[in-house]
Amino acid sequence: MSNMMGIIKLDGANSMLKELCEHRPVASLPIAGRYRVIDFAVSNMVNSGIGNVGVLLSANARSIFDHLRSGKDWDLARHRGGLSYLPSDPYDGKPATGDLQGLYSNLDYIQHNAAEYILIAQADCVYNMDFRSVLLFHQNTGADITMVYSKAQDDISGNAAVMKVTDNGRVTDIAKSLTVTAGTNDFLGVYLMSKDTFVKVVSDGFERGGTDFLLDGIIRHMEEYSIFGYEHKGYVSRINSTMAYFNANKDFLNPEIWSEVFMGDNLIHTKTKDAAPVQYKDTSRVVNCLVANGCEIRGEVENSIIFRDVKIGEGVKIKDCIIMERCVIEDNAMLRNVICDKNVTVSKDQWLKGADNYPLIVAKNTTI
Amino acid sequence: MSKTKCLAMILAGGQGSRLGALTKNIAKPAVPFGGKYRIIDFPLSNCANSGIDKVGVLTQYRPLELHTYLGTGNAWDLDKSTGGVFILPPYARDKGADWYKGTADAIYQNLNFIDMMDPEYVLILSGDHIYTMDYSKMLDVHRANKADATIGVFEVPWDEAPRFGIMNTDSVDGRIIEFEEKPAKPKSNLASMGIYIFNREFLSRYLMADAADENSSHDFGKNIIPAMLNDNARLYSYAFEGYWKDVGTIESLWQANMDLLADEPPFSFNSSWTIYSSNPSLPPHYIGNEARVHNSMLNEGSMIFGEVDHSVLFSGVKIGKGAKVTNSVIMPFTKIEENAVIDHAIVAQNCVISAGAVVTGEAGAIAVVPEGEVVEATDEGEQVS
Repeated sequence: MSNMMGIIKLDGANSMLKELCEHRPVASLPIAGRYRVIDFAVSNMVNSGIGNVGVLLSANARSIFDHLRSGKDWDLARHRGGLSYLPSDPYDGKPATGDLQGLYSNLDYIQHNAAEYILIAQADCVYNMDFRSVLLFHQNTGADITMVYSKAQDDISGNAAVMKVTDNGRVTDIAKSLTVTAGTNDFLGVYLMSKDTFVKVVSDGFERGGTDFLLDGIIRHMEEYSIFGYEHKGYVSRINSTMAYFNANKDFLNPEIWSEVFMGDNLIHTKTKDAAPVQYKDTSRVVNCLVANGCEIRGEVENSIIFRDVKIGEGVKIKDCIIMERCVIEDNAMLRNVICDKNVTVSKDQWLKGADNYPLIVAKNTTI
Repeated sequence: MSKTKCLAMILAGGQGSRLGALTKNIAKPAVPFGGKYRIIDFPLSNCANSGIDKVGVLTQYRPLELHTYLGTGNAWDLDKSTGGVFILPPYARDKGADWYKGTADAIYQNLNFIDMMDPEYVLILSGDHIYTMDYSKMLDVHRANKADATIGVFEVPWDEAPRFGIMNTDSVDGRIIEFEEKPAKPKSNLASMGIYIFNREFLSRYLMADAADENSSHDFGKNIIPAMLNDNARLYSYAFEGYWKDVGTIESLWQANMDLLADEPPFSFNSSWTIYSSNPSLPPHYIGNEARVHNSMLNEGSMIFGEVDHSVLFSGVKIGKGAKVTNSVIMPFTKIEENAVIDHAIVAQNCVISAGAVVTGEAGAIAVVPEGEVVEATDEGEQVS
């Protein structure tokens, strides 16, 4: 019986993901050809033996319900525990303006749970991690709160929190930021603490007018807790901007990263779609690509991520693109540096080109 | 509880000995097919799509992988509180145990299960064939004809007719007049598909009578159908049109996989008649910089760094740099290492074809590498057939 329960926070609006996340939370964003970003948090929790996962909802959550459903695809459709949906209801008539209110209004659900520890994960991280190592670290250090971070490989633009961590793991400073420079400690949105500590953090923060869990719950009360940082050394990517999304997908064109995240002992689970194996026809020419099931390929595709049920016609040239589910790219069309959202049709002979450092995004259901 | 209309019974107990090395450790219906499926996915998915939600699967030969694969029937939407998939192996009684002695005996030994399900009709299917079919249409015709039994038939080329059980029918209403097992001079080219719909009481009577007959081989084709015809029962044929393949030999299994690679495949996996299967959670496959893939079907979790042409690759397959795979079927989690050459072959699950090894067959003599084998390169190139 696991002594950890999990909460996944869907985050709010993110201005650096405007086009892709206008009508969906980042958690629902299709990624790596057949997943949604939330699959990583859910799968990591289940693989870590967490049998109770609460999803704190935000706006536009319909795609999350449609994707997770009963939790069966992640082994979370259980008689005891399993998946719970936690709405973020108005408090005293006022809707939530941050994540703290939602956590506060669901404290009864959390307190009702028998688990000793609670692991909170933001739903926008792409990684494969066993949280039991975090629990062991937390118990060994005797920390009140453990926060998981990674050392940034490059400069990153987008919502972030950077941490100062001493050699023995003690966190001495946490600050919100809109950029992260290479080498700094980039917080991954994962917290571990005892349930009692969690209740205190949330209540103290919210009851004194706070709205943000990190800022008002933790940063403003840093003196009261011993906070330790756990470094995740494996692959990780936070989807906090269009470029971060684009690059995270491209990262999976590296067989080592692909293997580490998807082909280890702990698999990333997602909703089953029963799509047929990919058909490569005679005229197809595909190099350096990820191609999901259900596709029919007749053209040329390079350095791209092709999602489920995409049809690529003859004479088509696609390079450095992300093509989401059910798109149809008709004969002789040419796409370069483009992200096509779901169900886009690019008609015969059309040429679309984005910039090398900023892809062109075609909205869902568009016909070009 | 509402009365079940039609109960399906899938005969999945056979070894499929003509599949040789491929069925050494698993039953024939568990043999992988089409890049992602197993043979049993076809009758099972057909049942689910036809609205039949009670399916008995009769197993006998080496059923472990098949049982594990079926689980609770969830993958085929057959995990139900009343109904779903029921696995039916032979069982012991107070007076000892009996293996299934023939297709009819297998059903006879499960009359208690049929009684428990209490259906009006029993649909008998084999677990060995690749085809898509709406059984509810066959049931409609059965009822319209007020038939005692309806037999699915399939037109075969006249020169092949002597290989099959042939139904001679009345050309007007499809009533079966005569049944000939592998006739030297066939009077018709309608072959029995081994798909039968029986009225449940009618079937029970004949099964019980047959069980008492010590001289019977307890087979539907050899004993039950002739007995019914002899009594002038109302037997009707149901003509099936479409792709139907018996994949009981290495050649036919290979050919059926190759059929899927035609520019217009014989049936579409992407139609609304979904073929369900149970698969591990693996990512989309990766095609490397030096890979060349043409005329092929590839599944999830694979890494391709070499050449693949006119082949069917299952999940988790690795094709190394410089390797060449042509006209072949590579089953799950097999590794084809650098510069290996595979042509006209079926390589079973979890094999390793070492760097530089050669496995080549030819049409009519497909090379087979059995499950879990490691094939080494020799100085002249290892020839396996």
